[in-house]
Amino acid sequence: MAIAAPGPARGPASGRPVLEAADVRRALTRIAHEIIERNKGARDVVLLGIPTRGVPLARRLAARIGEVEGEPPPVGSLDVTMYRDDIALRPARSPGRTDVPPAGVDDLVVVLVDDVLFSGRTIRAALDALNDIGRPRAVQLAVLVDRGHRELPIRADYVGKNLPTSLAETVSVRLAEHDDEDCVLLGERS
Amino acid sequence: MKRHLLSAADLTRDDAVAILDTAAELARLADRPIKKLPTLRGRTVVNLFYEDSTRTRTSFELAAKRLSADVINFAAKGSSVSKGESLKDTALTLEAMGADAVVVRHFASGAPHRLATAGWIRGSVINAGDGTHEHPTQALLDAYTMRDRLGGIEGRRVSIVGDILHSRVARSNVLLLHTLGAEVTLVAPPTLLPVGVGSWPCAVSYDLDAELPKSDVVMMLRVQRERMNAAFFPSAREYSRRYGLHSERMATLPEHAIVMHPGPMNRGMEITAPVADSVRSTIVEQVSNGLSVRMAVLYLLLSGSEPAIGRDDETEGA
Repeated sequence: MAIAAPGPARGPASGRPVLEAADVRRALTRIAHEIIERNKGARDVVLLGIPTRGVPLARRLAARIGEVEGEPPPVGSLDVTMYRDDIALRPARSPGRTDVPPAGVDDLVVVLVDDVLFSGRTIRAALDALNDIGRPRAVQLAVLVDRGHRELPIRADYVGKNLPTSLAETVSVRLAEHDDEDCVLLGERS
Repeated sequence: MKRHLLSAADLTRDDAVAILDTAAELARLADRPIKKLPTLRGRTVVNLFYEDSTRTRTSFELAAKRLSADVINFAAKGSSVSKGESLKDTALTLEAMGADAVVVRHFASGAPHRLATAGWIRGSVINAGDGTHEHPTQALLDAYTMRDRLGGIEGRRVSIVGDILHSRVARSNVLLLHTLGAEVTLVAPPTLLPVGVGSWPCAVSYDLDAELPKSDVVMMLRVQRERMNAAFFPSAREYSRRYGLHSERMATLPEHAIVMHPGPMNRGMEITAPVADSVRSTIVEQVSNGLSVRMAVLYLLLSGSEPAIGRDDETEGA
């Protein structure tokens, strides 16, 4: 019995930086304010990060919202591995963690948080996963980078940076929590 | 890539840890209102049981159903097997039905191996107990329970007590626990130890009282009366007296130690009712952990496919 190594298969960090640490910081601050404004405060908001890098992004957003609103909204993580439509096409991998805040998501506004929005398939899987957890009043989507090439009718409500890319390019988001630095790199697919 | 789980010896340390970690994640599903995942939608799992086993069969059945697989229960009794059909012909039938996985329980040691290697079926084969040979998912759920209760397995001392000779549970546990870094001691009367036990990666003792004070885990095995066709010990009473776990004996265990039993129990024979029902006993937990572990095994064996195709990886696969 052979099992593929868990965790993302991330290549070496190479490429041209398109967002530096300060840009990431500014983008998250702006998204935090947009979330507050659009939902008229953050009382009913729950942030659910999509592992791996969506989770620290959700935590950072919650902290910034907390600075403005006085109290940070609850944060959780939503693993979508089991819900992916390409699950039968790749080697099996261990699922990530799903942690829903104790109060659940019923009748709340769930903001899904991910690092890169690409085909839209991860978000479709996240909507399915959310469906099994409860019934939010609304679901919104926040991403640090939107690189285009959608394959499904899905768009983000909050975008840190729109980054028009070609399919030959790669986008890597690096975050201090996982990679010891904050930046977004644009590279060439090898 | 190997797609079968036939023996606990097939699992590397990384494989075993991946299964236990996945099981831990899947266990959290039990707290949700909808205890189901769409992961194995469209896959067919066949439970092929040549021996009675309600516990293991329902555990595999529920595990497959929680992952949205279609499940066919194929019991030998009352089926074409009782009309004389061979394992090969049954396998060819299952293949024709499009079985993606066959969970097999057989009274003959090695039957799952035959099924996996003879080329009769293309699906995964999961050994759910073969003769006196192995029962790898039982060992995995036992390891899961130990890790859950004690915080880790590495360096822990595990005593497995009773009918080692007829026990596939003991053999699988010795192999897996050794892989995971535990020290295993088999405790049994000499007549209930298999030939060649000296080559197993474990110690052997005939004296339960000497082992208990240094054990983190005591695993009591069922006395398999149905296999006791020779005089392995003088009387049930004598066996109970020397190798049964009762309250006074349990009191000699270290404070953190746990008592395990793969079930079904003979209360009053290898374990007394007060011990079986004590807070140290994990017997009921083992059942629910079995479900999570079997879900993890089915998920890891069946969900993916090689070679990997698909364009993006998760770092940019949004």
